[in-house]
Amino acid sequence: MRAVRLSVVTAAATAAALTAVTGCADKSDAKGGDGGIVVTAKDDSCEVSKKEFPAGHVELAIENKGSKVTEVYLLFPDDRIVAERENIGPGTKQKLTAEVKAGTYEVACKPGMKGDGIRRQVTATGEGKAARRSPEMDAAVAAYRKYVQTQADETLPKAKVFADAVKAGDIEAAKKAYADSRIGWERTEPVAESFGDIDPKVDLREDGLEKDQKWTGWHTLEKALWQTKKVGPAEKALADTLIKDLTDWQKKVGTAEISPTSMANGAKELLDEVATGKVTGEEERYSHTDLVDFKANVEGAQKSHELLKPVASKNDPKLVAELDRQFAALNKLLDKYRKDTTSYEFTSYDKVGKAERKELSDAVNALAEPLSKLAAAVVK
Amino acid sequence: MSEQTKDMSEKAADVPAEAANVPAESAGASDETGRSEEMGGTAPSRRALLGWGGAGLALGAAAAGGAALAVGREDTAVPAASSGAAVPFHGAHQAGIATAVQDRLHFATFDVKTKDRSELIQLLKDWTRAAERMTAGQAVGEGAYGGPGEAPPDDTGEALGLKPSRLTLTIGFGPSLFAKGRFGLEGKRPGALVDLPKFPGDNLDPARSDGDLCVQACADDPQVAVHAIRNLARIGFGKVAVRWSQLGFGKTSSTTPDAQTPRNMMGFKDGTRNIAGTDTAGLEKHVWVSQKDGPAWMTGGSYLVARRIRMNIETWDRTSLTEQEDIFGRDKGEGAPVGKAKERDEPFLPAMLPTAHVRLAHPDTNGGAKLLRRGYSFTDGTDGLGRLDAGLFFLAYQRDVHKGFIPVQRSLAASDDLNEYIQHVGSALFAIPPGVRDKDDWWGRALFS
Repeated sequence: MRAVRLSVVTAAATAAALTAVTGCADKSDAKGGDGGIVVTAKDDSCEVSKKEFPAGHVELAIENKGSKVTEVYLLFPDDRIVAERENIGPGTKQKLTAEVKAGTYEVACKPGMKGDGIRRQVTATGEGKAARRSPEMDAAVAAYRKYVQTQADETLPKAKVFADAVKAGDIEAAKKAYADSRIGWERTEPVAESFGDIDPKVDLREDGLEKDQKWTGWHTLEKALWQTKKVGPAEKALADTLIKDLTDWQKKVGTAEISPTSMANGAKELLDEVATGKVTGEEERYSHTDLVDFKANVEGAQKSHELLKPVASKNDPKLVAELDRQFAALNKLLDKYRKDTTSYEFTSYDKVGKAERKELSDAVNALAEPLSKLAAAVVK
Repeated sequence: MSEQTKDMSEKAADVPAEAANVPAESAGASDETGRSEEMGGTAPSRRALLGWGGAGLALGAAAAGGAALAVGREDTAVPAASSGAAVPFHGAHQAGIATAVQDRLHFATFDVKTKDRSELIQLLKDWTRAAERMTAGQAVGEGAYGGPGEAPPDDTGEALGLKPSRLTLTIGFGPSLFAKGRFGLEGKRPGALVDLPKFPGDNLDPARSDGDLCVQACADDPQVAVHAIRNLARIGFGKVAVRWSQLGFGKTSSTTPDAQTPRNMMGFKDGTRNIAGTDTAGLEKHVWVSQKDGPAWMTGGSYLVARRIRMNIETWDRTSLTEQEDIFGRDKGEGAPVGKAKERDEPFLPAMLPTAHVRLAHPDTNGGAKLLRRGYSFTDGTDGLGRLDAGLFFLAYQRDVHKGFIPVQRSLAASDDLNEYIQHVGSALFAIPPGVRDKDDWWGRALFS
């Protein structure tokens, strides 16, 4: 990680999101109706009583008439969550309120609290429409959002394997599970960083500590496992804290403000992470698993690039071709450091010599420089 | 101090210094009074000048940190750091060789990463266009601000508001660029672009040696020089990667013999007998590759030897004055050769120790070999042992290393008393192509065409 620093674009977008839309889930009993919008959720359907309503304060009166526990979401066109209501039991009623601008939205019912849900498009009418993006851009953002969520969802069980090993005092097992538990995080770190508070809790390095700040997260445990080689009650408690904070991340990640430019800038930031933390061997100074993070950062950046291609290739096909070439070159170079290209077992970074590090750094520069131009190509 | 012309003896000492604003290059072209020391051997007016009280006064004033005393005719242009003028980029020869030596250096070498010849050519074209802009004091590409907010600016911005500062950018091609199986240049490698032999005492660090390409950035403002290298490196990402680079904070040679001779980190005047930038005959004889030398693409070019020479300045500083002067073969104050009164008096070599630096480096000792020296002092922090990592970044241009650096360095490496206080720790040789003629021309066109 790095010190908490949002890209200008991400920060501005986050601020905009906070002022433009306030989602809140009210726990008070839903009376249903009275001019509001009624959502009737069943196991195989999701009925919305009004497809059009005025922008502003919106109230969804939800009734679960199915047999499964359900969730109801109000979503932006790019799948960002406006507001959500979880754990609506069969036969129960809940209320969901939100402040929305004019524009199109989707109501999603998720019977069994799984999958993409059953979707219904709704429209908030009135003045002050939010700028509309092209369907291509919305598709790119929605797909990336799904990717980010998947990374978080898949990280949790891996992190639990790691945390359980720490709690069992099994240093060897914990060491083995360490790098793997970080892959999903490293792939999508710029999104996690946009929440501000989670990143310093889970991914802070010792040198990033501020005065009186308590050091928590992966790297605290990294030091304990590789350096001090001691796992005591404090470390076991830290393992629990890590899971708690990662669960928080998993829950919040769907609400992240994501735009095509923030995706492009996020990709560039991932390469910045590689350039400043991984190539230097600073990130994983005890475990030397830097190349695992390196690979994950590159994969996350490449995901954004792939998803933005339909937009970027129209505006700047030369840039897209150059990025394809440089991603391939860097991945090929990274493959030299693992025996099996399906595995994430990379050479320990303390075994990577000066000349080899220079070669890696040159390849990172070769990719990062054109990648810094992707955001402009997306909005051109 | 800036300049004196040889006709100082005919001029009043209070002639105003207007000429100081004339750019160096035009000065070089029109200045018929500047003359090399070599020619100066028969140039009585300089002798007369230096033997004359006025000159001694001028030197003394400068040595005391006094104000510059510029004396000259209107057509004897004088390079002046304060003028901040631009040096023309286009010409028969690359600027940055005969150009009056600027105060600061940023030298960088690059490994070519791309295997694609056309991509390398495109880079050289892009670099040429950027160099044209930067040497004229302009930002690269679309500038450092005002472009789309989503994109990083083309120019990095730190030279905004600074004068051109006589920035010159000089490119060179290293031997490795001509290797078989790379860019199809193996047949074009000049015979003079050898792999330098190992000299006794060399302790070369591969990480500070060689390179496929080099760019020498010289300017009177260090930030202008660094900005130039930084932006060229940025344009080059993916195609080339910086191999090593060297900052020089003070010039140790001048190509303007009328100016005060700079001192190196050992406190001695260095390059007294350097080839002058205005000495057309000397440049033709010793610096520029002629058509008959071949290969054709090098006509008007030169060869550059770069050596990072670490000085053990702490032990040097503990050396007695007499020994220091004996080692150099000149006195420390005036810089006069042993037994002579003035810096520019013709050295009498037999009067010096056979192991004295000046004697061993003198053309008479080396079959007439002469180099155009353009070196800079460096101090790259400390060495971890409480000593400054200081020395001379030696840069020398010549027509043929076989008749230039190699014989001179053989003679120095074998016997120079100075070797006790210095060590060569980096080395590189580059073929310096001729100048870029105009807006359609580009660095290396003749080589790649």
